[in-house]
Amino acid sequence: MKKFKKNIVWQGIPASPGIAIGKAYLLDREEIKIKEEKLPPGQIQKEILRFKKALHEAKKEIVKLKENIAKKLGTEQAKIFDAHLLILEDEVVNQQVFNGIKEEKKNAEFIYSRIIQKTIQTISSTKYEYLKERVADISAVSTRVINRLLGLKQHTIEPLKTPRIIVAHSLSPGDVVQMKKESVLGFATDVGGKTSHVALLAKSLGFPAVVGLKALFPKVKSGENLILDGNIGEVILSPDQATLKNYEFKKEKLLKRSKTLLELTGLVAETKDKKKIELSANIELPSDVESALENGAEGIGLFRTEYLYLASSDLPDEEEQYQAYFSIAQKIYPQRVIIRTFDMGGDKFAHDQERDYEANPFLGWRAIRACLDLPDVFKTQLRAILKASQLGNLSIMLPMISSLDELLKSKKVLEEVKEELRAKKISFDEEIKVGIMVEIPSAALEADSLAKNCDFFSIGTNDLIQYTLAVDRTNERIAHLYQSFHPSVLKLIKKTIDDGHKNNIWVGLCGEMAADPKATVLLVGLGIDELSASPLSIPQIKKIVRSIEFQEARVLAEEMMKLNDADQIEKLLEEDYLQRFNQENSLKV
Amino acid sequence: MIEKKIEVVNRLGLHARPAALVVQKASKFKAEIRLIKDEYEVNAKSIMSVMMLAAEMGSFLTIKAWGEDESTAVEEIAKLFEEKFGEE
Repeated sequence: MKKFKKNIVWQGIPASPGIAIGKAYLLDREEIKIKEEKLPPGQIQKEILRFKKALHEAKKEIVKLKENIAKKLGTEQAKIFDAHLLILEDEVVNQQVFNGIKEEKKNAEFIYSRIIQKTIQTISSTKYEYLKERVADISAVSTRVINRLLGLKQHTIEPLKTPRIIVAHSLSPGDVVQMKKESVLGFATDVGGKTSHVALLAKSLGFPAVVGLKALFPKVKSGENLILDGNIGEVILSPDQATLKNYEFKKEKLLKRSKTLLELTGLVAETKDKKKIELSANIELPSDVESALENGAEGIGLFRTEYLYLASSDLPDEEEQYQAYFSIAQKIYPQRVIIRTFDMGGDKFAHDQERDYEANPFLGWRAIRACLDLPDVFKTQLRAILKASQLGNLSIMLPMISSLDELLKSKKVLEEVKEELRAKKISFDEEIKVGIMVEIPSAALEADSLAKNCDFFSIGTNDLIQYTLAVDRTNERIAHLYQSFHPSVLKLIKKTIDDGHKNNIWVGLCGEMAADPKATVLLVGLGIDELSASPLSIPQIKKIVRSIEFQEARVLAEEMMKLNDADQIEKLLEEDYLQRFNQENSLKV
Repeated sequence: MIEKKIEVVNRLGLHARPAALVVQKASKFKAEIRLIKDEYEVNAKSIMSVMMLAAEMGSFLTIKAWGEDESTAVEEIAKLFEEKFGEE
């Protein structure tokens, strides 16, 4: 067998998710050669007119593209072409062209392309990425004008007989808009970035795309087999059989998943009799927001801030925290983000002090206890959250509250920080909501008085179970005693929900129980308002919520509350779940 | 002629979208309008010029206008900046 290099992997920037497998179609556009020509006398006015006509025709084309995209994707996406129109009609540039033609007596395309090149150079040399990406828009517009001047046809992507993967040095937004699903599987370009208009359009139109491949284009042969993975930004040239098989399987899986997701993401989580349950996501990194939204989360029910500490091996400063909180707030806006203040051992806050050995760290100096002892750390975090709250969609959640006193003390610190910010005239959300994690039995038992002093509860079942049953979750020998459906745990959950509602605050649940399909009907029946779980578990929980009636869930919850054997409760819930959602059923919902 | 000094207060600065908003707004007026940052002075009705200013958060700009509707022009453009281009 002849040796032939296979599986050459090119790494680019993932611009639009999805996997495409197919043959390459090279979009080879010759660079337009522009000649410098001296105008014969008396031709100057005519040349200016010719340039104006080219602008006018280019405008008509752009307006048409804009209408086309507005129909397909809505007016918001069509705004990309408003930017193109502004570039086209730029009075400074165009005046320079008129003057250039008059003074130098040279042809319009020569003068125009020289001015555009100069602008592109200036913008490319700034340090601002977002400006650099606008260069693609400027060249798309200028190519259009120059094509009109030279009487060339605007490049279009010819309809292909069999769908292919387009490989090009660069593509313009106009190219992407014209792509048809019947002939284009996806595309790869050597230039471009993640926030380029080309990338945004590819995402909206559902074409897998990898950009910024630098020098792939000259290396690909037309018709060569390719795999394009828009999720991780890879292009594989001439994949071997095993790789192909692997990717076909991957693609199939993605397709199935996105199908079920698509059916669900747009739908609200409400029971058949219209009781709405808010389904939100637990996340650790600002970048998890995308996964949360893809899976149909209606907000972030728990943002764990400990990663900030873990990621920087030191306490993150205010600016670092602010950036993280604000970026999440922006990404998820107008949905809500609940930010939980640091929930870790005090030794991590005071890392420079000698670390005290604690015999029972879970019962020790941690979370809100440590925060209240180290007001500088706590205040820095609260200040960062408040500063990031300008959009009005952040809430604060305090972990490990065990008494009213701790809640009031924490709120006092928050007030102090707010006062400081007001004095400095730094704006923040004055109405920011403050809630607590109910994860210690004493908090559940005192839920009534706590509810009178905060805006929401979120039940942290992992710790609540561990503290109620005095079972260390990490101890294998007693793992069987860690019972999520222990009647005592259920009673504490019920009391927390009831006391919250009595005081008109909402009650959510953000522990692992929120992602346990066996627990969903019971929790809905107990009256939970919100469930916050890992993004990937959201579609399944939503499916369950949408298939039940609130009334029947209440009946089931009442039945369960009468029982006093954890194993029996769990077994009944499991049977109930299987009965409702056996394989065939679960696919239909 | 009328002048007003303003600060860029939106977090991302005068990036592509705000630049477009400024140009669209400026183009509605008859007055000549300029944006000045340090030693650079550009036509506020030109998208390329405004983008090339690359004004980031915290930088100071002067809006200068002359012509019949100069005062409304300056006021309305200043307002865009003050309101952070509706971003925050």
